[in-house]
Amino acid sequence: MVDHNSELVLETKGLKAYFGDNLAVRGVDFKVHSNSVTAIIGPSGCGKSTFIRCLNRLHEEVPGARAEGSVRLKDQDIYAKDMDPVMVRRQIGMVFQKANPFPGMTIFENVVAGLKLAGIRKKSFLEETAERSLTHAALWDEVKNKLHQPATSLSGGQQQRLCIARTLAIDPPVLLMDEPTSALDPISTSKIEELILQIKKHVTIVIVTHNMQQAARVSDYTAFFLLGELVEFDETSKMFTVPKDKRTEQYVTGKFG
Amino acid sequence: MKKSALFQFAERKYPYRKLKNVLILSTLYLSAMLAVTFLGAVFAYVVMRGVPGLSLSFLTELPKPVGEEGGGMANALLGSLELVFLASSLGIVWGVMVGVYLSEFGREKMASSVRFATELLNSVPSIVIGVFVYVILVKPLKTFSTLAGAVALGVLMVPTIARTTEEILKMMPVHFREAGLALGIPRWKVILKVVVRGSIPGITTGVILAVARVAGETAPLLFTALNNRFWQFGLFEPIASLPVQIYTYAISPFEEWHTQAWAGALILVLFVFAINLCTRVLLAKRSQ
Ligand SMILES: Nc1ncnc2c1ncn2[C@@H]1O[C@H](COP(=O)(O)OP(=O)(O)O)[C@@H](O)[C@H]1O
Ligand SMILES: [Mg+2]
Repeated sequence: MVDHNSELVLETKGLKAYFGDNLAVRGVDFKVHSNSVTAIIGPSGCGKSTFIRCLNRLHEEVPGARAEGSVRLKDQDIYAKDMDPVMVRRQIGMVFQKANPFPGMTIFENVVAGLKLAGIRKKSFLEETAERSLTHAALWDEVKNKLHQPATSLSGGQQQRLCIARTLAIDPPVLLMDEPTSALDPISTSKIEELILQIKKHVTIVIVTHNMQQAARVSDYTAFFLLGELVEFDETSKMFTVPKDKRTEQYVTGKFG
Repeated sequence: MKKSALFQFAERKYPYRKLKNVLILSTLYLSAMLAVTFLGAVFAYVVMRGVPGLSLSFLTELPKPVGEEGGGMANALLGSLELVFLASSLGIVWGVMVGVYLSEFGREKMASSVRFATELLNSVPSIVIGVFVYVILVKPLKTFSTLAGAVALGVLMVPTIARTTEEILKMMPVHFREAGLALGIPRWKVILKVVVRGSIPGITTGVILAVARVAGETAPLLFTALNNRFWQFGLFEPIASLPVQIYTYAISPFEEWHTQAWAGALILVLFVFAINLCTRVLLAKRSQ
């Protein structure tokens, strides 16, 4: 399942993230292999969200927040001086914990929002992309007859898949997911886990999860964070069976967290 | 069980406390009722005096010269609609932009001065705004005009719309903004197409309240749009409006005109009530 020869898509070196003077991520070296799913686990408050929000330069949007160190997407340094965060985010999509379809927009308008607001007007292209993205997000069959209804008419699980479709529509090579199922029921959760396994053919995924079974089910690699540091990073099968670090072992066996 | 000193004290005072309670509650109740009665009385009186003057010709005809029977306020009705429409176009765009500025840059020093300025602007008497627009538009153009009237009313709308917009935008949870940014949408577009667009129902409330406020304004129009006895809706001509027409007729010595002024007042009141009702319905829908 794990392909050691696949190329590196993302790589961080000495990544630090601050909220004002408070250091939330304390120098993390981290690698993501192409077309893999990498899970980030760790107790709440250990900096998982902050870390992945550095990967698409969303962290710096919080007033007073800043990041240090380097993050490379293939051969580009996404923190280079002349790098436009807008261009970074078009290549590294993100799905949040709370489903957040745009208010006042229909299902269709939501899916194509990223394209339309980037200036793409061609109707046939928007329609094709909407169908493809909704299909990948395992939502097409449920919404194909009500594309022009408000997105808020959908259930929570459907809204989350809509948000996934909205991100897939901009066709990013990398997809970040921050606890995408933690607010959802088990059925919606398993739908999203299935779609993750489907779309990893096209997209490299980094997923934060507090659910160890989920990490075991969907991921190829797992990273364990504690107090803003990356404690251990390995293939998921090894992390859950023969962790090297005592703290990882305690966490994955449920001794703390 | 032994009663504590405090308990005994309270027990002795009980009848007095009860009386005070009744007195205060009934005063509050009476004040509230008086306010409602007052509004009811105003409305009833306007209806009573206004209905006799209402007729088809009142709604469709131009004013007649003194001494002639009949005539109506048709030009003033349309004139008011045009003025309010133009004023709203200006006030909405301008007010929403100020509101966006305040909510987006609200922490900065400059923004708090702007916020303070809009509050001051809100308390400037409307007649002063009228005089000011007279100086900057009527004098240079050498004519009273629709344009000047619309500018005066539009400026009056800015503070209300700006403050509502600011409040509504601030209520929009940050995660919508982040979702927009995460899609690679530039910041200004996220603000405009996600945050402002998603707040339209809320902003509409502020707009409607501002419209209701300026629809009945008379003083600023006296110095700007003035009045007109004819069908005249060009931007650079004086234009008739309901409030000014009511004012003109009400201070005239003619009984016939007084009747028409009341009819005009009735229509104005109904219009403003209708607008307020719309706001209620919109708000109720939104909170569902
Ligand atoms: N907006 C913020 N402002 C200040 N500190 C924050 C903010 N968000 C998170 N933090 C702090 O950063 C640390 C990491 O938080 P976070 O990345 O959200 O953790 P996790 O996602 O692992 O639960 C926590 O100590 C938290 O208090
Ligand atoms: Mg988190």
